[in-house]
Amino acid sequence: MIRVIIPSQLGSLSDAPKEAVIQVDGTVTPNAILDALEVTYPRLKGLLRDNQTRQRRPMIRYFVAEEDISHADPDAELPAEVASGKEPFWIVAAISGG
Amino acid sequence: MTGVRVLVGTAKGGFILTSDEARENWDISGPHFPGAEVYHMKGSALNPDLIWASQPNDWFGQLVHRSRDGGQTWEQVSNELRYDGETGTHQWYDGTPHPWDFKRIWHLEPSIHDENVIFAGVEDAAMFKSIDGGESWQELPALRNHSTGDSWQPGAGGLCLHTILQDPRDPDRLYIAISAAGAFRTDDGGETWLPINKGLRSDYIPDQDAEVGHCVHNLALHPSRPDTLFMQKHWDVMRTDSAGELWTEVSGNLPSDFGFPIVVHAHEPETIYVVPILSDYYHYPPEGKLRVYRSRSGGNEWEALTAGLPQENCYVNILRDAMSIDTLPECGIYFGTTGGQVYASADSGDTWNAIVHDLPKVLSIEVQTLS
Repeated sequence: MIRVIIPSQLGSLSDAPKEAVIQVDGTVTPNAILDALEVTYPRLKGLLRDNQTRQRRPMIRYFVAEEDISHADPDAELPAEVASGKEPFWIVAAISGG
Repeated sequence: MTGVRVLVGTAKGGFILTSDEARENWDISGPHFPGAEVYHMKGSALNPDLIWASQPNDWFGQLVHRSRDGGQTWEQVSNELRYDGETGTHQWYDGTPHPWDFKRIWHLEPSIHDENVIFAGVEDAAMFKSIDGGESWQELPALRNHSTGDSWQPGAGGLCLHTILQDPRDPDRLYIAISAAGAFRTDDGGETWLPINKGLRSDYIPDQDAEVGHCVHNLALHPSRPDTLFMQKHWDVMRTDSAGELWTEVSGNLPSDFGFPIVVHAHEPETIYVVPILSDYYHYPPEGKLRVYRSRSGGNEWEALTAGLPQENCYVNILRDAMSIDTLPECGIYFGTTGGQVYASADSGDTWNAIVHDLPKVLSIEVQTLS
């Protein structure tokens, strides 16, 4: 199972918990994680990725083991630690926007 | 209850102000969506319990909310507003091509003909329609794909479609306005769009006869005369009596003809209201005096309405969607300021009172008349 940390700023905008546990079938990538998240928590659709382009929103970033992977290929496989649940996939909202 | 419900969108939430017909004592609820920018809230003319809210968010994009109980509870509806097909480019401020990019819904316009139909005017400028009460959205792409679309440029607030007017005689006729492309009309429900900007003059356009490029700030019409439209342009107050075929200036004796909102009295089709602002640089009222100007002659001759409004040291702005009317027998006029005040007049503008003083920056005001 994969652990995903959800930005606290989402608050009541979504029904997702602060830490979601999801299943990803196939290769574990940022986009695959986001796809699975949106299936489990449909109100997340369009909030973390643009509805039109499906690109990560500019004020959202992805981290794994304290490393910023926001600008890596969102379809590239993530480390095995994420797939095993040892390390969470962190979705972070920038200190801005409020 | 007979009375009014004032829907206030602010930079940090939505507020609902309710009063009986006297409009003296107000019940204030909110903030709804606390902390969130609420660009616009508007109720259905067919079902006053049905209210819509646009909540754009810098982090998480656009959200759309619907209430079926007059704003007591809210539910999220679809936020999937996707441009139809290839998006192409419009012009950026410096004239270079800039990709069309969805940013927010500026204006939600519930149909006056069908409760399940709602229109959304968005930035970057496009028109969307839902025919299933917000469960899904479809773009009316002919507007964005108009032959002039690649030449549209944003105004200071962005390339926004901010005004949608409906012709009560004909559900297929709509008017919209885009800053800074101009006004457009469709007579076939959005299949085709006609720029309606003849007669407008704008110093910032080298070609004064250009079909598009005018920074229209707001449009208004009276339902009894839907071929007559009034316009507050970036500079100039204008009117047309030919459904936009030709505009004439009616700024007359206004102290400044720059401003944002314009509204028409509920029962007097030739009585109109504007709030003059000093200029596009200052964005506050001339002389620090907050004055609504009323013309009872459809323009040109204007009187200042000042009773109850601050007449010194007032440096707020009134945004384009932040003025509205009720339709009670003695027409009420309402506007909100960037300083967080909401002013109301229960006597057609003769006298004013602040319903609230200290809300966040007011982005929009819509009024429902309840019976």
